Amino acid sequence: MDYTAAQSGFRQRKLQPNMRLRNSSVDGSDGSQLFEDTSGIGPGSQGGYRNQPADPQAAGFSGQSLLSDPMSNLAMAYGSSLASQGREMMDKNLDRFIPISKLKYYFAVDTVYVGKKLGLLVFPYMHENWEVSYQQDTPVAPRFDVNAPDLYIPAMGFITYILVAGLALGTQNRFSPELLGVQASSALVWLIMEVLAVLLSLYLVTVNTDLTTIDLLAFSGYKYVGMIVGIVAGLLFGRPAYYLSLLWCCAAIFVFMIRTLRLKLLSEAAAEGRVVRGARNQLRMYLTMSIAAAQPIFMYWLTYHLIR
Amino acid sequence: MAFTLYTLIQTAILCTNAIAVLHEERFLSKIGWGVEQGVGGFGDDPGIKAQILNLIRSVRTIMRVPLIMVNSACIVLLLLFG
Repeated sequence: MDYTAAQSGFRQRKLQPNMRLRNSSVDGSDGSQLFEDTSGIGPGSQGGYRNQPADPQAAGFSGQSLLSDPMSNLAMAYGSSLASQGREMMDKNLDRFIPISKLKYYFAVDTVYVGKKLGLLVFPYMHENWEVSYQQDTPVAPRFDVNAPDLYIPAMGFITYILVAGLALGTQNRFSPELLGVQASSALVWLIMEVLAVLLSLYLVTVNTDLTTIDLLAFSGYKYVGMIVGIVAGLLFGRPAYYLSLLWCCAAIFVFMIRTLRLKLLSEAAAEGRVVRGARNQLRMYLTMSIAAAQPIFMYWLTYHLIR
Repeated sequence: MAFTLYTLIQTAILCTNAIAVLHEERFLSKIGWGVEQGVGGFGDDPGIKAQILNLIRSVRTIMRVPLIMVNSACIVLLLLFG
């Protein structure tokens, strides 16, 4: 027993450097202060994490004599180092395809931001300053600036739209569980096609803009809020309420998109409202208006079959 | 209306195939969309026609080999699973 205890102590000391390295790399990537550390046990958690692999092993060794075999000890140490290596490799490769660190920026929201943004999506007429504020060349996180695009509202809006569509179909006795999947995939396909169409038209008009694909995805996802409002009004109060609320939300999202995209797509002179001649600026204006006009069309197209 | 992700993939493959089969000298030059008409002026603004021609040329150059593989995979899958 003493011999195996010494062996296990030796193995644990060899394990710890691996664990510590992985922990410090995780802390380094979170140091950009996108999210506040509300855990409150920051330094303590590292000590706890380091002690944790020791305890189950010690418990295992004292409990079962099967695990006191040095060969299984070696196998366990090898297995856990393989697992940590595999996880590092998967993280590195996944980061190449889906930029996870960039996605984190779009989910750095809080309740006040979501409330203000929802109000802006339904009533954008009183808001004056539509510019995104920057902090030393990087855009400020959405929780500090109500004009910055985020992915939280589009994601939640999409899921809520699927659920509300299921509810609407259920009140008309047309519901079956496969229909939820059909609604979800067709809405997703329309979203992807819209983002691809906008990307293609931005490429053709050679607009030098700092809009990324994820920004376009966020802007295209904002229309789900209006759709949900329309469907819920139609379910509660009937067809006229559906048409009225959809009309209101269509106008609101039209104005919202134009005011947001104007600052990003048009040149500064045209964005300030002065009439600038030239074919290129006219083309950009047409592009902005058609992107904004596509939103109400999609909003009607994706919801009219739900209200009978 | 019942779009699935599979129809999206199908659409993408069909559209890319359609762009890739446009022949340079038999067709595009005849309608004035050849390579030499694409690199017109070196001004600040390439213009929409130059961008489209650039896009067609780059799709043909880059997507030839991947399209061969994707099309073969599609043919085999359709033969096996209908």
